[in-house]
Amino acid sequence: MNEFLADLNYWVTIFLLVGGLYIITAHGNMVKKLVGLAIFQSSVYLLFISPGKILGGTAPIIAPGFDVYSNPLPHVLILTAIVVGVATIALGLAIVVRIHEAYGTIEDDEVHDLEAD
Amino acid sequence: MLAAHLPALQVVIPLMAAPLCAIFRRGYLGWLIAVAANWFAFAAAILLVFRVLEEGTISYAMGGWVPPIGIEYRVDIINVFVLLVVTGVGSVIIPFARAGTAARFNNTDQAWFYTMYLLALTGLLGVTITGDAFNIFVFLEISSLASYVMIAMGRDRRALTAAYQYLIMGTIGATFIVLGVGMLWAMTGTLNLADLAERIPEVSDTRPVLVALAFLTVGISLKLALFPLHLWLPNAYAYAPAVASAFLAGTATKVAIYLFVRIFYTVFGGSGFFSTTPLPEMFLVLSVVAMFAASVVAVFQDDVKRMFAYSSVAQIGFITLGISFVTEAGLTAAMVHLFNHAIMKAGIFLMLGAIMFRLASVQIDDLAGIGRKMPITMAGIVILGLGLLGVPGTSGFISKWWLVLAALENGHWWLVALIVLASLVTMLYVGRVVEVAYFREPSAKVAVMREAPASMLIPAYVLVLATIYFGLETNWSVGLAEQAAAKLMSAVY
Repeated sequence: MNEFLADLNYWVTIFLLVGGLYIITAHGNMVKKLVGLAIFQSSVYLLFISPGKILGGTAPIIAPGFDVYSNPLPHVLILTAIVVGVATIALGLAIVVRIHEAYGTIEDDEVHDLEAD
Repeated sequence: MLAAHLPALQVVIPLMAAPLCAIFRRGYLGWLIAVAANWFAFAAAILLVFRVLEEGTISYAMGGWVPPIGIEYRVDIINVFVLLVVTGVGSVIIPFARAGTAARFNNTDQAWFYTMYLLALTGLLGVTITGDAFNIFVFLEISSLASYVMIAMGRDRRALTAAYQYLIMGTIGATFIVLGVGMLWAMTGTLNLADLAERIPEVSDTRPVLVALAFLTVGISLKLALFPLHLWLPNAYAYAPAVASAFLAGTATKVAIYLFVRIFYTVFGGSGFFSTTPLPEMFLVLSVVAMFAASVVAVFQDDVKRMFAYSSVAQIGFITLGISFVTEAGLTAAMVHLFNHAIMKAGIFLMLGAIMFRLASVQIDDLAGIGRKMPITMAGIVILGLGLLGVPGTSGFISKWWLVLAALENGHWWLVALIVLASLVTMLYVGRVVEVAYFREPSAKVAVMREAPASMLIPAYVLVLATIYFGLETNWSVGLAEQAAAKLMSAVY
């Protein structure tokens, strides 16, 4: 049990990763697919951030009395990744709006049927 | 002074030019800015080629922060070759863009289109030139997001669903890549590619590194449209505006292929490591399947743009086949075909763009008799089609020749037969277009058509001439590709 808890962050990462992918493939609604994509991407944030944290570590500023620092690099990286993720979801939603204007539906299979005509 | 900063300027100039287009909101001005920035990037790439040939690998510390702490731009013979392809193809395509975009979009949309084009260019150049693993992901997403927008600007409403599908699959691919990078970082504590190359051999047997490799393989394969992961490509290329199709077909998948060889051959300790994994055999099988399956599907397409999009999947199969040999000859073949296919496929999509401009359709039945009304355009398609086939005298022949040599070197006689057979399937779909265009009576719509404007024909014909030139004179294409292949096999980063 302790072993499981020690790796809890990785279990959550895997859960988000697989759950997100499942939503993308299982749902026909294009907005729901994007929600799945957002969940899928957030698993990466956790994967990067969690190894950067050291228990008892402080912010990486040199000060007397503090020898243990957390690594700031993952935070910087993930800040960038979050921006990329937000841009992707925003663009995705914008395209879905346009699809709705052009087809009158955002269900995958209905759009597919309309395209076949 | 300026020359020392060429690696940075290469990426920064298109990046700075992009918002300029968006600010001015003038179609003509946006086009001028895009041409200027793209030509500058091309000139920078040429200068970098000469510098790399003279001095060897160039390491540029971004912002003066010394690598591996700071971000490093690292230019060696491998990526300078890819830079040359990307900027060169872009420089020819962008003058073509003026007539088509001006006819279809209002001023603001034209400006946005050039903004997106420049961002896509920036991203691709960034992925190629950077020596930092996380930087690769960021640039990859810059180019991908810009590509999704360009594709969605196509005139058919199916362009929207194509862009959406590409967005979903492209983001899954990019996320897989960043997952792989994250695991490598957790195991080695560095993101600098040269540093990674040094540290990975110590931990290359551990499970996280192998899992990272798996994620990277799938992620990059999605981006390069390796056979079972190519589903986003046909619709994206078919319904995007001509300029976007030509640019993406010529450069985007090529940069992903570069990324693949960079990760496997230099970062993961070279050919020795690559051949211990089951990947070469896997790639061999998938490449051969791609060469045939995609070509056969292409034969039965009624939309000619979609036909040549499937042909791209098949041609990428030829490139990955070369990579799967894990020999210097194989990699040379892959690099040469990367170069030649970029030119040929971009040329074909430009020609189809010229037809689309006049006829507003590229359905094969609508093209009946078009060879009589647009003789110059169709002649270009025929020459480029012969290039895809691999007829001697075109650059396609050079690629196939090297691929056959590489296959023979490995003792794969049966593979030579398959390569020739796959080229014959290429003949079927190119032949189908030729038959319709030349041997049928022009339809009423075609009968009143004129030849495409010179502003479209000249750029497209630069690519046609390049196809012939690089089929006769191979010092540049094969010469650089051989050096790049030798460098890849030596596994020194």
